[in-house]
Amino acid sequence: MAASWSTIDCDVHVNVPSMKALLPHLDEYWRDSVLDRGMNSLDSISYPPNAPLTARPDWRGKAGEPPNSLDLLRTHALDRWNIDVAICNCLYGVQLLYSEDMAAAFAKAVNDWVAKEWLDRDPRLRGSIVVPMQNTEFAVAEIERCAGDKRFVQVLVLAMGEAPLGRRQYWPVYAAAERHGLVLGIHAGSSYRHPVTSLGWPSYYIEDYCANSQGFQSQVASLVCEGVFVKYPKLKVVLLESGVTWLPAFLWRLSKFWRGVRLEVPWVDRSPLEIVRDHVRLTVQPFDGPDDPVAVAKLIDHMQSDDMLLFSSDFPHWQFDGDDIMPAGIPEKLHGRVRRDNALATYGRLAEAAA
Amino acid sequence: MAKHVIAALREFPAGTRKLVDVRGRQIAVFNIKGEFFALANRCPHQGGSLCAGRLTGLIEASEPGQYRYSRRGEIIRCPWHGWEFDVRTGKSWCDPSRVRARQFAVSVAAGAALVEGPYVAETFPVSVEDEYVVLDA
Repeated sequence: MAASWSTIDCDVHVNVPSMKALLPHLDEYWRDSVLDRGMNSLDSISYPPNAPLTARPDWRGKAGEPPNSLDLLRTHALDRWNIDVAICNCLYGVQLLYSEDMAAAFAKAVNDWVAKEWLDRDPRLRGSIVVPMQNTEFAVAEIERCAGDKRFVQVLVLAMGEAPLGRRQYWPVYAAAERHGLVLGIHAGSSYRHPVTSLGWPSYYIEDYCANSQGFQSQVASLVCEGVFVKYPKLKVVLLESGVTWLPAFLWRLSKFWRGVRLEVPWVDRSPLEIVRDHVRLTVQPFDGPDDPVAVAKLIDHMQSDDMLLFSSDFPHWQFDGDDIMPAGIPEKLHGRVRRDNALATYGRLAEAAA
Repeated sequence: MAKHVIAALREFPAGTRKLVDVRGRQIAVFNIKGEFFALANRCPHQGGSLCAGRLTGLIEASEPGQYRYSRRGEIIRCPWHGWEFDVRTGKSWCDPSRVRARQFAVSVAAGAALVEGPYVAETFPVSVEDEYVVLDA
């Protein structure tokens, strides 16, 4: 079965419909706390339900609600586009909680809910382990708890958290990920500890969403400069819903200035461009490309690698219309890599299953 | 190429450097702990004066947080963009095979030998009792 895979979707979203759905996966104290404290939802403001981006109009329900069931995921995406494997990323506000204990309890609940309500019900689905990065020890414990289930293929963190991801405080998380053959998936979104731009808080949603690419840039710089890939040479990082086209220009900048100030970071012993090419991958939705396919092909050329792009639909987010799942201009000869090969080369656990 | 006497040895002590002009070419000459090195004074990146740069050591690391510092004073950093060059080879640290500062040979010779030639002493007065720094450029 696995050998015949032709399309691997590296970013689809499954959403916790209500706090009630998590109750069976919380222990008694936290279950009662939900009711005692009157907690309704941990949905963050990263994807407001009515924002156009949050769901394609033709996928919304009668009341305009974003699609959120296995049936709809199958109908709109998996079956429609013959997706063989889809990696589910659950964005729920676990990363926003201030209590480390609560974050750990809800991360566990979310992961168990994903396994039971999604992974158990469709063999095409894979999961990402939501981790409470508020506390590194708890994050590692959650990885250890879930890692035995090989359907979990990556560790999921947000593009904008409490501190830059390269910081050594987080390294045990990367050690655990590397040890278990899990990818570090960094998804758009913020825990809103800091303003989403380095200038301060913007006024509008569009600014928040666009600021994510700056967050991603800073995370790439942090991971490279702090030496995470020197310390964990087998670690792969996937930028999810990051946009793509900002990368070459950012790497030119990072690599250029590295030449002048590399003595601050002597462990960065080759160009950041090369390090990123070896360790970092990006999903193709959104692509943020120009309309002209020739210009898109040139942008891909600038990446100097055919291995970096991973197919994603970003279901149910509204990134494209109709069945144009592959961003226009990605050269035909790369489609096989983007759809399948690159994901297999990145996600060790998918490759194991495919072997 | 010709040999040029650029200084009396006693006037070019260790830890100092000189910018010399050889027929219109600017060459930076360094005395590092008694050894002489000469590089074209034009950084191959954008032309900064290497003679005006800071001499530092070679910093390497096998992993983050491990600093292995050696060859103190043998790496010149261009004052414009901080690119590092090995004074012994002229090679840049970041791109040694493609980016390098042109290197010239420097030697120390006895005045007696210089007087006999075939050196180009030009305007520099040479006395047989002293030693001199000679640049091959």
